[in-house]
Amino acid sequence: MLHQIEGAQAIAHAVAMCRPKVVCAYPITPQTHIVEKLGEMVHAGEVENCAFINVESEMAALSVAIGSQASGVRSYTATSSQGLLYMMEAVYNASGMQLPIVMTLGNRTIGAPLNIWNDHSDAMSARDAGWLMLFAETNQEALDLHIQAFKIAETVGCPVMVCVDGFILTHAYEGVDLPTQDAVDEFLPPYNPDVRLDISNPCAMGMMVSPEYFTEVKYLAHLRQQNALKIIDQTAKQFAQKFGRESGGLVRYYGDPNADTVIVAMGSVIGTVKDVIDELNAAGGKFAILTIVSYRPLPVEEIRAALSNAKRVIVLEKAFALGRGGVLAQEVELALMPFSGEFLSVIAGIGGRPITRTLLRQFFTQETYPEKTTFLGLNHKVVDIMSRME
Amino acid sequence: MFQVRIHGRGGQGVVTAAEMLSIAAFLEGKCAQAFPSFGSERMGAPVLAFCRIDTKQIRLREPIAEPDVVIIQDKTLIGSSDTFGGLKSGGYALINSPHDMEGAPLDVSAFYIGATELALQHVGRPIPNAVLLGSFAALTNAIKIESVIAAINAKFSGSIAEKNINAANAAYQQTLERRV
Repeated sequence: MLHQIEGAQAIAHAVAMCRPKVVCAYPITPQTHIVEKLGEMVHAGEVENCAFINVESEMAALSVAIGSQASGVRSYTATSSQGLLYMMEAVYNASGMQLPIVMTLGNRTIGAPLNIWNDHSDAMSARDAGWLMLFAETNQEALDLHIQAFKIAETVGCPVMVCVDGFILTHAYEGVDLPTQDAVDEFLPPYNPDVRLDISNPCAMGMMVSPEYFTEVKYLAHLRQQNALKIIDQTAKQFAQKFGRESGGLVRYYGDPNADTVIVAMGSVIGTVKDVIDELNAAGGKFAILTIVSYRPLPVEEIRAALSNAKRVIVLEKAFALGRGGVLAQEVELALMPFSGEFLSVIAGIGGRPITRTLLRQFFTQETYPEKTTFLGLNHKVVDIMSRME
Repeated sequence: MFQVRIHGRGGQGVVTAAEMLSIAAFLEGKCAQAFPSFGSERMGAPVLAFCRIDTKQIRLREPIAEPDVVIIQDKTLIGSSDTFGGLKSGGYALINSPHDMEGAPLDVSAFYIGATELALQHVGRPIPNAVLLGSFAALTNAIKIESVIAAINAKFSGSIAEKNINAANAAYQQTLERRV
């Protein structure tokens, strides 16, 4: 049934319908509304046999989730920005111990300078931490991805981070279809792991591994991630069959099937890009967009297949590595090698700067590109003043 | 697409106003998107909220630069913020003020209503958001007053909902009587 609700509420409802037994989180903008709503639902008895555990920090939030998940119960947490950094040691532990925790990351930039607004810097800080990472385009997809995430995590044996653009999605009201509890129950079976911490059947988890086995352990984790490509794809197909809509998966292509220019992006900016592409194509342009839903694992084959015939590839992303440039851009460029077309990297929307149709239209239709990396909408006057002050 | 931008200050229910407007449109079978643009999160700081209404799915995520309507919940923002920026010719400016003011562009319909006074009278608190939505329904015909009332009921309950509905209805009637 369609509901006009906030993205954060849609996510909370999705998580509740996945029947977690433990929800623990520490508030941080823009994630807070999600766990506030879950707290209300747990308190009202709307989530059966679920404990909402108050903790004193993000480090504790994920550590509690690690403990409860290791004891064999479905566990959930959420964070943003600095909160993710503060829990980072536990982030690596969760994946290293193969615990299928699901965490929402309400994407927000990282300070200093202090900034509460959206970009993907926080997600990029965890890109090598061994979690599967899925990016939502809309609030409907955010809701759907959470239901898929528990299934993917538990099938692969790996935690999943669902990345949802802070404010732009978390605080946006739009129509979302909330599935029935019965449908979710049919899609997502109860969590029943083979291995769990159990005092009547003791085992150890997260032990020290010496140099003679460490490479093998990490290699197997790498294989699990690569195997996850299949599981993510299958889960999206099962979801479409069950719920009648396309959500999730590895990548999505939209626009001219023989496009000269293909834009690559992740998250909520996709909708704005699609509007621009429709407009440009209606005027005779040949544009398309490749949406990366699964950033980890990165679907290299699918990216290559979608982009190899393009004359120009533009990677549009809300994060960058200081001193190097676009992060997704580097990964896509490497996936494409050797690539004979033009390859461009655009850094946009960082620290909450709006990505507008006007800026995108101007950039996509430029005759030539003097720089390989462009900071979209950079105000050179401000740069000059600030650099004189330094 | 019909686009509304709401200007106000933290504590005036600006974000809730956009949310209620989107719920009202949704209840009429339309697609609607409401989202805030927070500055610093504190009482009194300028806050912007946006609402798009369309008959088809809304994909666009940029802030609204060319609104059909601006609602100004705090008249002291006129002059200090770009409250009328990009407002479409022939559009509406709905301003919380008990008396007419200078400043609105000449090519739009400006309407002034003492929303804070009506809120104090009916709700007992100076929160003008529901009042202005009642006035919005009468002024623009973009949504029905019944939908505004349903949206207030969706966000609030009990006597708070009832009082806000009374305030919205009063503003609706007053606007119908006074609009040109």
